[in-house]
Amino acid sequence: METFVFLFATGVSRGLVIALFALSLVIIWRAARIINFAQAAMAIVAVFVAFTVVGLTGSYWAGLIAALATGALLGAIIERGLIRRVPHVTPLPGMIVAIGLVMVLQAGLGILFGPEHRPVQAPFSESPFVVAGIPVLSPYDLFVLVVALAVLVGLGLLFNRSTLGLQLRASAVAPEVSRLLGVRVPRMVTIGWMLSASVAALAALLLVPTELGLSAHSADILFVQAFTVAVLGGLDSPIGALLGGLIVGVLITMVTGYLGAGYAPLAVLALLTAVLLIRPGGIFALKEARTA
Amino acid sequence: MTEVVTENQPRRTSPPMLSFQSLTVAYTGSPVIDELNLDIQDGAVVALLGANGAGKSTLLRTASGLLAPRAGRVQLDGQDLTSVAVENRVRLGLAQVPEGRSVVTELSVDENLHLGGLWRYRDRSDRNAAVDQMYEMFEPLWRRRMSLGHELSGGERQMLSLARALISEPRVLLLDEPSLGLAPRVVAQLMTLLRETADRTGLTVLLAEQNVTSALSIADRGVVLGLGEIVVDAPAADLAADPALRQAYLGF
Amino acid sequence: MKNIFLRAALITVLLLALTFLFDSFRNYQLAVIAATFCTVAGLSLLIGLTGQLSLGHAVLMASGGYGYALSAGPAADAGVDGSALVLIGILGAIMLSGAVGTLLGLASARLRGPYLAGLTLALVIALPAFASQLRILGGEQGLSAPYVAVPELLQSFIAPEQWHAWIAVLIAALTVTPLAVMRAGRAGLRMRAVHGDETAARLSGVVPGRVKVGAFIASSLAAGMGGAALCIITQSVTPGGYDLAFSLLLLVAAVVGGLGSISGAAVGSALIVLLPWLIDTAISAADISSALQHRLSGNLTLLIFGILVIVVTIMWPGGLAGAVQSRFVRRRRRRTRTADKPEHATTS
Repeated sequence: METFVFLFATGVSRGLVIALFALSLVIIWRAARIINFAQAAMAIVAVFVAFTVVGLTGSYWAGLIAALATGALLGAIIERGLIRRVPHVTPLPGMIVAIGLVMVLQAGLGILFGPEHRPVQAPFSESPFVVAGIPVLSPYDLFVLVVALAVLVGLGLLFNRSTLGLQLRASAVAPEVSRLLGVRVPRMVTIGWMLSASVAALAALLLVPTELGLSAHSADILFVQAFTVAVLGGLDSPIGALLGGLIVGVLITMVTGYLGAGYAPLAVLALLTAVLLIRPGGIFALKEARTA
Repeated sequence: MTEVVTENQPRRTSPPMLSFQSLTVAYTGSPVIDELNLDIQDGAVVALLGANGAGKSTLLRTASGLLAPRAGRVQLDGQDLTSVAVENRVRLGLAQVPEGRSVVTELSVDENLHLGGLWRYRDRSDRNAAVDQMYEMFEPLWRRRMSLGHELSGGERQMLSLARALISEPRVLLLDEPSLGLAPRVVAQLMTLLRETADRTGLTVLLAEQNVTSALSIADRGVVLGLGEIVVDAPAADLAADPALRQAYLGF
Repeated sequence: MKNIFLRAALITVLLLALTFLFDSFRNYQLAVIAATFCTVAGLSLLIGLTGQLSLGHAVLMASGGYGYALSAGPAADAGVDGSALVLIGILGAIMLSGAVGTLLGLASARLRGPYLAGLTLALVIALPAFASQLRILGGEQGLSAPYVAVPELLQSFIAPEQWHAWIAVLIAALTVTPLAVMRAGRAGLRMRAVHGDETAARLSGVVPGRVKVGAFIASSLAAGMGGAALCIITQSVTPGGYDLAFSLLLLVAAVVGGLGSISGAAVGSALIVLLPWLIDTAISAADISSALQHRLSGNLTLLIFGILVIVVTIMWPGGLAGAVQSRFVRRRRRRTRTADKPEHATTS
């Protein structure tokens, strides 16, 4: 029982991080109709910048802001400089370019920082609070929870309550009509990439202290988990990303806790396969069939 | 070239509101619009007629910038639009209601209208006022303001598209087949509304239609396209009244 | 059709003859290139013709390797050797990679681009975990495969590496020739139809699901053959050798060579085997600190491959093979055009 409560609470915190990353995939999908396979590599570049800034300034908050800014900058550069030049007739060239980008970014990080995992200090204690004799959440888990929820709510407001959000949504689903109405669609696509990369950078930043440490590959698994979540929830559905993230987060911590870490990727694979085969539209998506 | 009936208009000193000059448009290979010249005066309602594939949509899409011409140019009130992007042409007063159901189906009626007014009204209260004005003009939309685009009927969608274009108070409105798929009664309503708006605001309208009768019923002037060229250009009343002309160029 | 067989026979004989000029290391590299070529050719056809992006072909190649080791190992213990041993191993490779490929192919028939890519990505990431959980696959150490000796008759003038190169080249010939025939024939046409517009394909009597599953299985079998060949050459199969990085390398070969092109796959395979070796040789010879050498090793190759993939996709969608070919075709077309009358007068 104690283990269960602890694993469940940790799973929720982990799940919110995955949900954030999945949400970043949803944002790009909605803005540009592509799945950005380079999202994890981009996020890790931002985290490397963040920890360099933390090392220089001694302030975690400066690092957090640096991560967000780097993410946005990378998103803009990559969309304007690369993705925009890719032929968009089929999704294939875009995916292949993104994979090429993964290689470039990870190799670049490897050359600059070396292959070893760098230990990363969390800004808050990672030893759990004990409630009625049961270890529950650590202060850091709580921090992750609050930040993730705040960002999720903030993004919800941005998309549904602001005029920028209105333009982002419109240009995602009807780019031509939006242009006729004066919406600067190319700019909206760039903003979508910037937002998305920022959110992904934040998710990776939150994740790293709970993992082995920081390396060029630290977010690879996070990407696969988030992809599973995005598919589970439906690529167009932010709510689906949140719920899917929680489900996958709890599933992974449970499997790791009870069976061992080696089984976690298998559980994710099994879940992904099941969802894709049984309900290819995603559990929370109503339309958009994935088979042509 | 075949016999061309031209409207004899006195030369004015002010430039035409919308002008196509030696316009040639092609997708691949042979041109869909070929060396076309057409001037539309301020405040005119012009019906653009012709069979399927005559180049009506192509002409409209070139005017709004969705298509780039191979040669020639489009001018709005004397200003060359060649290097003006789609989203900036609407800022100059050139609005287009594209063919088909152009409502953004994932957005509500209210959101669709706000989207149309975004660049025009920076201030939220100004925009709300403009949206309210549209609800006054298009009453059925008010009742459905919270409905999503895909929940609307064909007539409601066309009405919304029109309102969404009008909210930014354009000087020129390009309409592509607004009557498509609508019941005759709804078409008549829509056409009346269009004419009233044009009369009240001085709006210039270029109306591409297959539905010749209803288009001519509200137009000042009828232009018939055939294979990318203007084959007839006459006052709408003449075109509607002359069975020989109709027979020859419109097929009824 | 006859052309394909003729060309395949010629190239095979040429390569076999070439092994006599190579030292044992060159022959080893040739063998690895031939093994990689099997997999890359299958992958390139799959992506280029049907548009299905698989990031998991390393898993299919690994299935071939495990299938080979699992069947050849016991056979060798039972005293089988020589060509019978290789045949039994290959049969095992075909069965295992065919089974995995069929399962994935069934999934692929239901999934469009990004979803299939994501699923295969999850698969290739889960493979090491999967293999290390299964005792029968030998855990992280993997399995060892029996050594295939040179037949006694040839032992005096053929070295073991050269013999393995022969086997690998023959396996490649037997794998890629059917792929080339398929590509040139009606199956290839159907695959292209599915890539363009599934609805249109359906209307012209092509069943997209069946074509996609078929293409995936063919591609999986080719990958399995490649895995078997690599297992013969290295006498082992480990999960670590078939990780995500390797899977992406296969994709690099297919993309850079030119998607859908057999000769492009050959160029790409040679590239991903030889370039890392060349660069690592250059790095270790370079006069730089050992720490920097350590960082550059592997990463520099990856960097170059990444840039190549991006540049090729944006600038020459046909890959290196396509870039060369299109220049040739353009020249030829220009010649025919000047001979004919102009097609139409462009008004501009």
